[in-house]
Amino acid sequence: MFVRGLKRKCFDGEEDIEGTLAGIKAIPSYNLQRQSLLDMSLVKLQLCHMLVEPNLCRSVLIANTVRQIQEEMTQDGTWQMINTQSTGQASLDRLVSTDILCRSSRDQAEGKHVPVYGTFSKDFQSDQAQDSSETMSTASSVQAPRNLQSNVWEMENPQENKGNFQKSLDQIFETLENKNPNSVEDLFSEVDNSYYDLDTMLTGMMSNTKMGHCDSLETFSSPTNTASNSNCKSDLNDLDHIVEILVES
Amino acid sequence: ADIISTVEFNYSGDLLATGDKGGRVVIFQREQETKSRPLSRGEYNVYSTFQSHEPEFDYLKSLEIEEKINKIRWLPQQNAAHFLLSTNDKTIKLWKISERDKRAEGYNLKDEDGRLREPFRVTELRVPTLKPMDLMVEASPRRIFANAHTYHINSISVNSDYATYLSADDLRINLWHLEVTNRSFNIVDIKPANMEELTEVITAAEFHPRHCNVLVYSSSKGTIRLCDMRSSALCDQHSKFFEEPEDPSSRSFFSEIISSISDVKFSHSGRYMMTRDYLSVKVWDLNMENRPVETYQVHEYLRSKLCSLYENDCIFDKFECCWNGSDSTIMTGSYNNFFRTFERNSRRDTTLEASRESSKPRAILKPRKVCTTGKRKKDEISVDSLDFNKKILHTAWHPMENIIAVAATNNLYLFQEKVN
Repeated sequence: MFVRGLKRKCFDGEEDIEGTLAGIKAIPSYNLQRQSLLDMSLVKLQLCHMLVEPNLCRSVLIANTVRQIQEEMTQDGTWQMINTQSTGQASLDRLVSTDILCRSSRDQAEGKHVPVYGTFSKDFQSDQAQDSSETMSTASSVQAPRNLQSNVWEMENPQENKGNFQKSLDQIFETLENKNPNSVEDLFSEVDNSYYDLDTMLTGMMSNTKMGHCDSLETFSSPTNTASNSNCKSDLNDLDHIVEILVES
Repeated sequence: ADIISTVEFNYSGDLLATGDKGGRVVIFQREQETKSRPLSRGEYNVYSTFQSHEPEFDYLKSLEIEEKINKIRWLPQQNAAHFLLSTNDKTIKLWKISERDKRAEGYNLKDEDGRLREPFRVTELRVPTLKPMDLMVEASPRRIFANAHTYHINSISVNSDYATYLSADDLRINLWHLEVTNRSFNIVDIKPANMEELTEVITAAEFHPRHCNVLVYSSSKGTIRLCDMRSSALCDQHSKFFEEPEDPSSRSFFSEIISSISDVKFSHSGRYMMTRDYLSVKVWDLNMENRPVETYQVHEYLRSKLCSLYENDCIFDKFECCWNGSDSTIMTGSYNNFFRTFERNSRRDTTLEASRESSKPRAILKPRKVCTTGKRKKDEISVDSLDFNKKILHTAWHPMENIIAVAATNNLYLFQEKVN
């Protein structure tokens, strides 16, 4: 039992109608095949995050496949890009970011990847609504990306923040050194407690396993940040994020 | 027994090393011909077993580091001991395997069982003598090359200068000196400044067998880059770029994945190199960059099954390939415990199976055939009944004789050419 390999064919509306009318499709329509391939790829990318450390080569290949499908869907006009107000112009690159796929090797700070999967699944919904021939069969596949979306975001953070932990910490130390004397007292009054927490978190982390990511993150409430100084607020936000992640297990 | 993850003959072919998923290395030695046991010629028996790598935990990333041995490479023998490099995802180790068949007896300061003697009991001085003992093979780690790779190491290659070697991970290649463990030089770095732009990774790398300044590395996009270390310290600019133009008629969503090169090997002569992608093996002339000189289809019948192979992840399997000693034949593995050999001159190809049922000791292997058309002949196997869990990823060919080692999951098979 196997699905036939996909080959490029010119978009033929007749074929789709034939397919749906037949009931039991001997040859699934091209769009359907493409859609299921896209869904399968997304699921695979999700599973990547659950593994010990994602196989980078595999992740990159799957991501490239997804990009390819997206590009083709854009050209076909079956891909509607919903304008993201918060982030302004949405580009193809943002839709599937390898950045997300390469969790363990990220360099940059967290915070810009959240909208990605949100946009993606929303696009799927509008796309399916317009294409009547596919609504029935692809309803289930729409569910998949949407459910996975929240999971992805929760899982992305721990992995990525762990990688960023050292760097963020360095950044914080660096900015602390450069603070002007006036704000030093305020700064230290806030920071000291956090550092203390950091120590206990670190010792706690050592003895914990890595598999409690999602659950703990959901229940953990971020410490309230009452820093008045706007300069150190971003630093402390970073610190909060790190502390948040460290406590997860 | 654990799943075998690498197989490698040493330079003389007398020793065969295997690494497995549990971090163990097992070395086999070829039996010498003796008059009393004429039939034992060519038999390989276990010579040494040791635990090369242990599982580790990266506390910063909160990730496990697998102990699976990804590659073993032998060093050329320079004295009585044997040396090999073995690597897991992050750490390379140099192991010394030495024999001990003599033991010193008659120490002055300690008893035969090793306990220190009372000083007042030592009434005379004697010279310890060497007495023969049962052969003992010891493996000891001589160097540990660690902390140089952020990503997973996929290749190691000893240079022809016998002093340096390279280790390659998904994005970087490092150059080491065998004597120096606290420093390595980065010679290739394809990591983009913005990881979001990552679309290509390094899949394999190897030094040229004769020119110690030349190395090649393959990528997940089906390209091979040849670098000359004399040109600059960082070889990000390649000297040669090998890529076959894509055939537009066979393009599909899986084109890139199946073009990803899983192994690259120089021929012994150094004139050619061989690459393995998912469906084929290609031989390249180093002097011609725009296309390979020979292409061999390993299992073309899988092309119509790519979607389901993508679904069950088999499409990401990394098959290796190898040359025979004279570079006249190449070999690679497939599914259902099949492996294929291709004779370059006659273009004759053979499919053989590595399984208990078809491999009675000393029996000649029967060639197998996969049925690609509707009508299945007797003894043929249809594509749908292939077992995709039985994959032969690792094979090795003796450097001089026609003896091959084939790893089928957790079994090692050794076949040799029948001598009349």
